[in-house]
Order: sequence, then C-alpha cells, then structure tokens
Amino acid sequence: MARRVVIIGAGPAGTRAAETLVAAGIETTVIDRETASGGQIYRRPAKGVERPAPKLYGDDAPKAVALHATFDALKSKIDYRPGTEVFGISDRLLHLHDSTAMSELGFDALILATGATDRVTPLPGWTQPGVHSLGGAQIALKAQGCAIGHRVVFVGSGPLLTLVAAQYAEAGADVAAVLDTSSQSDLMRGAPLMTARPGLMFRGLKLRRVLRRHRIPYVTGVRDIRIDGDGTQVTGIRWTAGNRETQLACDGVGMGWHLRSENQLAQMAGCDFDWDPVARQMAPRIDEMGRSTRNGIYLAGDGTRILGADGAEIAGQLAAIACLEDLGRQGRHPVDSLLKRQKRMRRFARGLSLAFPFPDDLCTSLPDDALLCRCEAITAGEYRATIDRSHAIEPNRAKSLSRVGMGRCQGRYCGAAAARILAASGGLPLDEQPGLRPQAPVRPLPLGLKTPGGAAE
Amino acid sequence: MTAAAGFRRLYQGSRPKIRFRIDGRPAEALSGDTVLTALRLNGAVARTSEFGDGPRAGFCLMGACQDCWISMGDGRRVRACETPVEDGMDLITTLPGESQWPGA
Repeated sequence: MARRVVIIGAGPAGTRAAETLVAAGIETTVIDRETASGGQIYRRPAKGVERPAPKLYGDDAPKAVALHATFDALKSKIDYRPGTEVFGISDRLLHLHDSTAMSELGFDALILATGATDRVTPLPGWTQPGVHSLGGAQIALKAQGCAIGHRVVFVGSGPLLTLVAAQYAEAGADVAAVLDTSSQSDLMRGAPLMTARPGLMFRGLKLRRVLRRHRIPYVTGVRDIRIDGDGTQVTGIRWTAGNRETQLACDGVGMGWHLRSENQLAQMAGCDFDWDPVARQMAPRIDEMGRSTRNGIYLAGDGTRILGADGAEIAGQLAAIACLEDLGRQGRHPVDSLLKRQKRMRRFARGLSLAFPFPDDLCTSLPDDALLCRCEAITAGEYRATIDRSHAIEPNRAKSLSRVGMGRCQGRYCGAAAARILAASGGLPLDEQPGLRPQAPVRPLPLGLKTPGGAAE
Repeated sequence: MTAAAGFRRLYQGSRPKIRFRIDGRPAEALSGDTVLTALRLNGAVARTSEFGDGPRAGFCLMGACQDCWISMGDGRRVRACETPVEDGMDLITTLPGESQWPGA
C-alpha cells in the first residue's frame, strides 16, 4: 500500500521536503495555514500589491523566486491544502479545519515545518494600538505595502531589527530610531562565530549603512524601555542608554528579539524537548537529520531550531531524506554536503545568539504595573503575587493559578518573560522548567465549522 | 495622538476601491487590504479589551497573537489580520454592554 507522508507548512523547509519526497515518488500531502506558499520569510504579497521580487525580498529575491517556483511546480503532484490548519494531533491522526469544515487525516510519516514567530518580551505599554512585532511590521510592508505608523521606532535585537528598519527606510517610511538592547561587547562576542557565513555578516553591515544614509540613529545597550500612549494610540517611547534618558515621539513601534519556534504540534505529538543553552529556549530533541524522538515524526526548519531560511531549506531536505530512508526507499542524496552546510548554519546561529542575546533582565525587571499577558490583561505584579502566594515553581502551575499563558495566544508572547520572572521569583531555573503545555486547538477555531459527521458545531 | 495615527500606505498599486463600514460609519480601503490594514488606515482599532485596559489593534499580523479578533454585523468573528476586507463589510469594534467581563 502507498505510504502517505504529510508535511505541515509550505515555507522553505516544507517546500524542500515536499520536493525531495515527490522526486522519490512518495504520495505527499502539504498542509499550509497560509493561502499561498512561501512561509513568513518569503510571504507573497496580496493580489494587487505585487511588486518586483528585489523590492520585496531584497538580496534574498533569487531564493524567494526559486522557492516559489519549486512549490508552484509541485502543486499538481501533491495533495496541496492551502488555508488549512492543523489544530490538534492524536497518535497517527491530524485534526484539521479549512475555516468551513473540520476533518481528520491519517499519516504514515509526518514532517513538521511549522516555522517561527517573533520572540518578544512584554514592555510597558506594548498592548496599545500602533505597537506590532517586528515580523508583523515586516508583513505590513511586504504583503500590504504599508508602514505600521507615520513615524516608527524599532526596538529589540537581532538580525530582523536592522533588516526591517532598513526595509522601512528604503520604502520611504519615516523611521525615527532603532533601539538595540544588545551592546557592542555582545556583538564582539558573537562575531567570531558569525564569520561562518561571511556573506550574511557583510549584509548586516550593509543594512547598518542604509540606516546611516537615512540618518536614522542606531542606539545600543538600551534599557528601561516604556511605550507611551494617550489611551487610544501610541504617542512615543522612552528609554535609557548609558545613564541618559531619552524620549521620542512616534505613532508606531515595532518590537522583537529574533524568533521563537512554533513547536506546539511537536509537543502534542509527544516529542521530547530539551533546554537549548544557545538559543535559550526549549527545543525538540532531534538527530542530525531531523528525526524526533517519536517514530515517523520528523522536524525541520525554524519550528525546530532557528537557523533562518537557508538552514530551513537544508533541514527540509534532510528530514525528507531521513523519512525516505526509514520508509526503506534507497536513493542517492547529498547527505554529507547538506550536513556540512548545516553545520555552518548552526555555527552562525550560535554567533547570532551571543551577539544579540535575549534580554533576560528586561523580563525580570518588567514593572509590576505593566501587562505581562496581553490576552488576559494580567500584570507582572499580579503574576509575581500569585507565585509568592502559591509557591508555584513551574510554569504550568503558575499558569493555572494566574492565567498567564492561558489566553488565546497560548503563551506565545508572554511565555519567555513569564519563565524568567518565575525563575527569578523562587521557581525552577530556566533550564529545568518544562515548557507550557500546548492545548488543542493550537489557535482558536471559528464558530460554525462543520464536523466530519456533517453537523455544524 | 494626531488624526494621522495608524498605518501609512506606501504602495498603492492599481486596485479597485472597497467600501465598508466601521461602527456604522462609511470607510474606504483597497482590494487586497486585510480588515486590519483597512481599520488602521482609517485610524481605527480592532476591539476594546474585555478586561478594561483599553483598545487593541492587533500585534503580530500573522495570525498568532489572536489580538485582532473583530466582530461583524452578520455575527461572524474573524482574525482581522488574515481576512481580506470586502465591499459592504460591517465591522464592529465595540459591542456596547458586552465588551467587558463583570468586574473588569
């Protein structure tokens, strides 16, 4: 009987995995939450907002075009389900919906290429209209041709910070400042490892030059960040750097500290996780090919390890090759060269983590009156008081008592900060804390979905 | 802050106009805009937090944060960042009397 392999996600990892499986004659299903392939990084613009690829994707335009072309050529050879979301997984069964109806899908092997979302730490004032994640700010520009404000400040750290700011400036947006929480000495610590990919390092410098050309101040070592507002809208941002306090007027703020893996489905599938001391977040345990600790479940791309789009393309191929090997399909695959390239990607990623570290102290010093959980509107002070009162030492207990992480986003945006506040308030240290347990549905379901039996729920 | 607050359109393209309503007021956007883009270009928000901490207008724009759910006149609720705006849509950013949890 033909074996069905299901891939979840149609970004760089999912696309390359599908290409490899189809080339081996495997019956392949690709499920994608988005309506067009490309993932977040190579997201395609909405109809009517199309612009030339170099404008949209910068130096990565040839890669974006190649990836889109590969997927478009695969469409007729696979069972492609765009606009379809996997909201739960039990044993060998996926639970899906396409906004109209629910369905189930069995699989013999599963490749999870679920990508990443912005890694953020809450800032005072971060729930006000006008504040978006860095990735969100980039989507506004790439997919909608809009800036998130008329005068925008970007705050955070990591490659996306400089990239999005430069893209905004080049597109004609008014960027008032770029505020980096990392220091020059962090950068020096990461630089030696970042030489693993000299091209990317050079590109980072080029983007800084773009900012200088547009006379956009780039401030490092930023602390005590507060986003001001008038109750309806962002009106400015305050921070200190080197003992100096500064205030700037703006109506848009983009914030983010690199990326976090969307690994809820891997957790639901029962894959084991470990603390990743480099990225300083929990990560599923995989072998070098991407095999998880569950038979027949393979993990690839930024949903597993944040290596960026190039690393995701390699990981997608490796996971598919592992899957083929385990299905008993012999083939000639360039495994050694892929693994060698992936090693460079990992080395560079370690350098990035050192150069642009996640600001643990910004989390633990979040003022008591600031909202920690934006879904349930719970302040950092309420969370600390709950921990004190209940002696909770791990995040799931703290979540059930405080509701931090229990809201609609399932802890995507407060989880990292909550874990650090918990560790600093007498809880388990970060590397011993289990992650927040994900619950189905991974994202809220629309009402009125038809069930497999036919009735609307 | 000023009346100009909200998204700023940098690329228009040649796209048909969309006419819709925000809390009963007529508004315009372009085909291809998401509901959230259409709201922000008109200086509007998506909803008021049910916990009494003020207005919200989305955050991640990629369907992950769940902060831009919005109600429509036909009773549907959608993620504004993932839903294209359509002619005749009736967007409701505040539901009087139902928007807050008791005690919030």
